[in-house]
Amino acid sequence: MLKLKVNDIDVEVEEGTTVLQACEQAGAEIPRFCYHEKLSIAGNCRMCLVEMEKSPKPIASCAMPAAEGMVLRTNTEKVKKARKGVMEFLLANHPLDCPVCDQGGECDLQDQSMYYGIDKSRFKENKRYVPEKYMGPLIKTQMTRCIHCTRCIRFATEVAGVPELGAIGRGENMQITTYLEKAMESELSANVIDLCPVGALTSKPYVFEARPWELKKTETIDVMDAVGSNIRVDTYGWEVKRVLPRINEEINEEWISDKTRYACDGLKNQRLDTPYVKINNKLKPSSWDEAFKAASERISKTKSEKIAGFIGDMTNMETTYAAKDFFEKTIKSENLESRYEKLYINTNVRSNYLFNSSIEGIEKSDLIILIGTNPRYEATILNSRIRKNYLKHKTEIISLGDIGDLTYPYQVIANNTDTIKDIIDNKHEISEKIKKSKYPCVIFGQSVLKLKSAPYIFEEFKNYLLVNNKISDDWNALNILSKNSSTVGSYDLNVLSKNSSYEILDKLENNNFEILILFGQDNLNFEKKNEFIIYIGSHGDKGASIADVILPGSTYTEQDGYFTNLEGKLQKAYKASYPPGEAKEDWQIINELSSFIKRKNLYKDKNQLIDSLINYLNLNNKNEAVFEVPEYNFKSEKIITEEIDYYHSNVIARASKTMSECKNIRMSLPKTGTDN
Amino acid sequence: MLEDKDRIFQNLYNDFGADLTSAKKRGDWKDTKEICGKGREWIINEIKTSELRGRGGAGFPTGLKWSFAPKEVGSRPHYLVINADESEPGTCKDRDILRFEPHKLIEGCLIASYAVNAHKCYIYIRGEYFNEGQKLQTAIDEAYKDGLLGKNSAGTDWELDIYIHYGAGAYICGEETALLESIEGKKGQPRLKPPFPALIGLYGCPTIINNVETISVVPTILRRGGKWFSSLGRPKNTGSKIYCISGNVNNPCNVEEEMGIPLKELIEKHAGGVIGGWDNLKAVIPGGSSMPLLPKETCETIKMDFDACVENKTGLGTAGIVVINKDQDIIKCMARIARFYKHESCGQCTPCREGSGWMWRMLERMAKGEATRDEVDMLLDVTKQIEGHTICAFGEGSSWPVQGLIRNFKDEIIERNKFDPIVKKQKDIPYLVDQHLLEKENA
Amino acid sequence: MAIKKISKVQPEKFEFNKKNKETADSIIKNYPSGKQQSAVMALLYLAQKQNDNWIPLSAMKYIAKYLDMPYIKVYEVATFYSMYNLTPVGKYFFQVCTTTPCMLRGAYNLVDVCKRKISEEENRLSEDGKTSWLEVECLGACVNAPMLQLNEDYYEDLDPTKLEQIIDKISNDEVPQPGSYRGRLSSEPENTRKTLIGNKNA
Repeated sequence: MLKLKVNDIDVEVEEGTTVLQACEQAGAEIPRFCYHEKLSIAGNCRMCLVEMEKSPKPIASCAMPAAEGMVLRTNTEKVKKARKGVMEFLLANHPLDCPVCDQGGECDLQDQSMYYGIDKSRFKENKRYVPEKYMGPLIKTQMTRCIHCTRCIRFATEVAGVPELGAIGRGENMQITTYLEKAMESELSANVIDLCPVGALTSKPYVFEARPWELKKTETIDVMDAVGSNIRVDTYGWEVKRVLPRINEEINEEWISDKTRYACDGLKNQRLDTPYVKINNKLKPSSWDEAFKAASERISKTKSEKIAGFIGDMTNMETTYAAKDFFEKTIKSENLESRYEKLYINTNVRSNYLFNSSIEGIEKSDLIILIGTNPRYEATILNSRIRKNYLKHKTEIISLGDIGDLTYPYQVIANNTDTIKDIIDNKHEISEKIKKSKYPCVIFGQSVLKLKSAPYIFEEFKNYLLVNNKISDDWNALNILSKNSSTVGSYDLNVLSKNSSYEILDKLENNNFEILILFGQDNLNFEKKNEFIIYIGSHGDKGASIADVILPGSTYTEQDGYFTNLEGKLQKAYKASYPPGEAKEDWQIINELSSFIKRKNLYKDKNQLIDSLINYLNLNNKNEAVFEVPEYNFKSEKIITEEIDYYHSNVIARASKTMSECKNIRMSLPKTGTDN
Repeated sequence: MLEDKDRIFQNLYNDFGADLTSAKKRGDWKDTKEICGKGREWIINEIKTSELRGRGGAGFPTGLKWSFAPKEVGSRPHYLVINADESEPGTCKDRDILRFEPHKLIEGCLIASYAVNAHKCYIYIRGEYFNEGQKLQTAIDEAYKDGLLGKNSAGTDWELDIYIHYGAGAYICGEETALLESIEGKKGQPRLKPPFPALIGLYGCPTIINNVETISVVPTILRRGGKWFSSLGRPKNTGSKIYCISGNVNNPCNVEEEMGIPLKELIEKHAGGVIGGWDNLKAVIPGGSSMPLLPKETCETIKMDFDACVENKTGLGTAGIVVINKDQDIIKCMARIARFYKHESCGQCTPCREGSGWMWRMLERMAKGEATRDEVDMLLDVTKQIEGHTICAFGEGSSWPVQGLIRNFKDEIIERNKFDPIVKKQKDIPYLVDQHLLEKENA
Repeated sequence: MAIKKISKVQPEKFEFNKKNKETADSIIKNYPSGKQQSAVMALLYLAQKQNDNWIPLSAMKYIAKYLDMPYIKVYEVATFYSMYNLTPVGKYFFQVCTTTPCMLRGAYNLVDVCKRKISEEENRLSEDGKTSWLEVECLGACVNAPMLQLNEDYYEDLDPTKLEQIIDKISNDEVPQPGSYRGRLSSEPENTRKTLIGNKNA
């Protein structure tokens, strides 16, 4: 610990802290523009100058390491004068366009000039104009406003791992740009908008939409992938105007992926806002009563074992639990399945399907092995942690098969199951590496769990890690990377065929069911024959197109709901808006449908549902579930990492124009005619 | 006045030729092995005794700088970097060393590398000095061929390789950390200090950076003794120095003289006097463009060394003396210097990026008489806002000349810019006129 | 420094010729392994020399690949340093120093000559397409002011008449002798040398 004096207050700080952090610990606020905790130190804005004893010049506190016995002052005339001076320089060439600037109201430059600046400008020369730069469909530029803090450049180079932003030219004519003004090839690109302390980089889809003080802010979580990024949803009336990250060091630090941020316009498009019933082979809008009647009559007439239900990829746990109750109590069927592909899941212990090393734990890993996964697209935020680890420790990263640019270098080894067998049999060079490694991180993607030899790979590899002491209370090297936000929650609720077999999915393929109830499930892979399909969901997508009855539901921003992320963290999404038109919350639909069939609600109210759900989770976690490992054999086969359509991976993203635009640009299709 | 025998750069005017044979005749490369044989401690101590201060502008004691290099080589190699990015307006001394005395520099590199444990030395030459670089390269090749460089350099058992790295037109690369960035293949933007290059420099390794002239005088100092060098000049301002006298003098020239020589003697005796006679002298910039100018009165008496210059609110800098006579418009001259700094600012940190252009524009207006009276004080205030608030010394370099101008010629600026903003006469300069008042009158 | 304009007309492809490739490889060897990025400035300069004194975008891309560094970093370097030309310049490229020490000795008279004899504007080719000129900052030959740089050579101690003669020669594709135009061999004081007298005429 180092002892310092800040404004006559004694503080003790840890070694490695900067003067700026030390001052903050002493309660002295230090203005800054270029400094950011998560980025390297640039020290170029000069706003954080403080006085240090024995130093003739004021020092940049962000760049100066704290040292024993330093005497610092942050409130002297000299410091105030220095801040005023820097502020005046920053504003000298900054345009006076705050009234039309989207950053207005949440602008660091505005705020800090109120506190630290002077009231009028002495700059009489012409202001500098900087031409706009094209940076893709997400980032709107107004480079005249740029104060050259270089946060965006540092973010792109360090966190996103795409060194595509840079400052060209020099002196007062320095400009921030991408190489020849092309879109940034990163799924984290829009974070530069949050980082930009001024209005130089603003959100293109949100342009001129609202002022920050008009928006209702709801702190919630994201469902675009299984990471469960913490977000804030800003709404204006019904409409979700934008999604911003919230800080959660364990999960997303303070970044979110572009899909998390910009799929939100998909909440407005292609929404199911009224029930539909198929009459004469044509879907017709109907009342809730008609729709419920149509569904319940059909259900009552059908044998319960001929009815199956499928949970979707973004379904919250209340809905899943209600569906489970609905199937167990109302229909009396066991045919409820949360998987849409045949994944091997051993439900004996929870750690069999979790990302056990945890997202934060990745940072200390000293060996990362990717098996059948492309974390860049499957869990962008998690991938940025791997990159962070790589930057810090140059950790060895190995992938079975070349899976393209992951924003960090990795070693490619043969992508077949023989490699895994070799590792397990201690015949592969990696075996030694795993044994030597203190914190290995073996990441299995869903593409592996789909293989014929999935039971062999999973059970044997797990055993291998156990034997070599890589699974302990201290560290668990076994990681399953789930793709969807509902996956882990559904497993926790045991919404799987008996003994996680593929029975329901097999029957579905063979058209053995008469009624299918899709709870937001749009990814089923089967040929529809005579099945009667009831679709409960939010968007007119694949599921709705094959439905006979549509019961319009809500999205994650329109209802409270629990989700368990891939690490097994239970988090709650909060209602920020309300469902459009006639649409209802999902649990309510199930509850009412039940009353139509059995003349009895499943739950009195939502509280009862939640109590029951939490109770189940607590019990289930204690209960040793009974899962019998099937007999398995080794089979030599290729491990092919399934490519995912990143920008179109779910119904909300598919309904989003912004996502489509991103996709088009990524595929370098020419832009549409309406776009300038 | 320094006696000819005590001049270190005997070939400053290329009387003998720059090749190795001629250089050896002048005494270069003599006893290099013996000098290194006396050990690092001895070399550094001798340089400390000589009180040699860096010739690149800042005047940092060279012996002390060398002693900052880690005593033992750890996991990272040490580097010696020579700063030959001579770009300070008014300075052209290193150019003559590069083209006429390259072997003094190369021998100095070997001794310095030995003293700081470096096996690699990079010489950063500004890109415009292409021909000078070629001449140095020829000398380096000669030295390799003669066994003076390479595995067992000059029999010292020390391995040294010297490489030339060309700049490409950026004054800021003369700043030592910007220079390192430039060698690393990046933009020449100065680094934050600490850490200092002596510990974390080129490629993150301990690096000692010296000016060409500093290194070139080292062999002679060690040969003749630190005491000899320190006997020249006065304490802390010892030795001899190449002065560059340019501008409005009859015979602009470079000359090696004793530290502390009167400025008047330099101008009158060596440079043939001010054009139009001493009385026609307006001001002198004593140490390259970034040092505040001196008015005529001070020029009568000032002695040219580090401390005397500081006492007179300026600096010796690189000893690039620019003489300005009364035929010149002093405001215009300084406006041109301000333009130089605006052009060369790297743009990294705020005060310099925004301030250098602002100062230039104000000075341009002042030169034309288009500024207002109160702007003179404002300009001074702007320079104060830059000074001391930047990452590197460029902030001082760009604001000091303006401060010098205002300090010494404020009356002249005000004389030319004494408008009251609301005087109607100045209607044609729109930003000087309160537009509201005009409208009232029109109404 | 104003931001550099990028030429509208760009060649499709750029590649070092054999000789330059060898030079490039030997330059890269001057730096520690893995630090090949250090050679970027030298390689840009090579490309500029090979491509009639200016650097096309394709060359930047080529160099970025050559040194395994991001394009934008090469682009940054090429726009930061003033000696890289990103638009075509004349085969004879005059760079007139006009910083104060040269200005005091009449550098702007040289600029006037350039305007009159080469082209009205900076960086615009002369009528015969061979020459262009540019005002630059201090070239570090202040004692020999006023001076200019023609391609790689310094022409010192000039005056307007002498510059006119130089330009005339250039337009006949004759390259005049570089160096001082008042007969100086170095930066010694003319006629009145007071030091190193014994060395004179050595």
